[in-house]
Amino acid sequence: MSFLDYFRSKKNTSANVAKERLQIIVAHERGQREQPDYLPQLQQELLAVIRKYVQISDDMVQVEVDRNDSCSVLELNVTLPEK
Amino acid sequence: MARIIVVTSGKGGVGKTTTSASISTGLAKRGHKTVVIDFDVGLRNLDLIMNCERRVVYDFVNVIQGEATLNQALIRDKRVESLYILPASQTREKEALTKEGVEKVINELSDTFDYIVCDSPAGIEHGALMALYYADEAIVVTNPEVSSVRDSDRILGILQSKSRRAEMGQDPVREHLLLTRYNPDRVEKGEMLSVADVEEILAIPLLGVIPESQVVLNSSNQGMPVILEEQSDAGQAYDDAVGRLLGEEREHRFMTAQKKGFFSRMFKGG
Repeated sequence: MSFLDYFRSKKNTSANVAKERLQIIVAHERGQREQPDYLPQLQQELLAVIRKYVQISDDMVQVEVDRNDSCSVLELNVTLPEK
Repeated sequence: MARIIVVTSGKGGVGKTTTSASISTGLAKRGHKTVVIDFDVGLRNLDLIMNCERRVVYDFVNVIQGEATLNQALIRDKRVESLYILPASQTREKEALTKEGVEKVINELSDTFDYIVCDSPAGIEHGALMALYYADEAIVVTNPEVSSVRDSDRILGILQSKSRRAEMGQDPVREHLLLTRYNPDRVEKGEMLSVADVEEILAIPLLGVIPESQVVLNSSNQGMPVILEEQSDAGQAYDDAVGRLLGEEREHRFMTAQKKGFFSRMFKGG
């Protein structure tokens, strides 16, 4: 390493940027991988039911399954539009 | 019972076929009876890398469909004893590989071989799934580059859910990371992901690091598995990897940049 390197910030190297981007995308994709296959359809059907009563957009319903040792929790978040 | 090893990656062009050729050659050189199967139906290339492209008469699909026997299709390597190649079909569609057909061939090979190395096609389609389905172990070939690392993680997910071992609830497929085209100089400059970075992201045991080397292209030009270039860094790195695969303790080499002189270090700015 050159002595000039001491004046450069180690954080800004492109390899570090690559590593941070990878850590984020890989964690995200692993999270999705563990979700059951039926989830996208469940989300669509829930959306359809809610739309009978309230007009919401696609991204306002979030469905996730959290697995613990003893049980799984289906977590449903619906954001209603402001009046 | 043979050990079935798939060489896979998700991404294309990272060195799967180069690795399949060298790992299988290395295993056979140590006296283990080894067969390497090309699963890339329609885009066969292992034959070229192994220098037997003009000796292909029958292929994997011919055997599955009963048009040839296994012995007719297996090509015996001319350099290394106890090494055989089962080439892919160049003409058929990929669906010609069925689970039952592949199982039949692998079972028959298991009776007489110690190692079955499956060279997977790129992607996560049918051919790649067939190559990894029966695996006991997987060598995940990865370049220190964002798209390759991401695709490797995807393949690891598939190994953990779609392989026979996963479907049957058996012990999981043993995973090995093989980092190829590694350039220690660029890593030192912060231009390339380091071994430690890739290990941290993928979180699987490291089988080896193959340095980026001109020898790889030179040897593929001649149909010579790199591992036979015994004086070269890449050849030695593959030999180390084979040793580790067989349970030997080998120190990792070729992972640090060549030391430069005092003046070039001072003035070249790293």
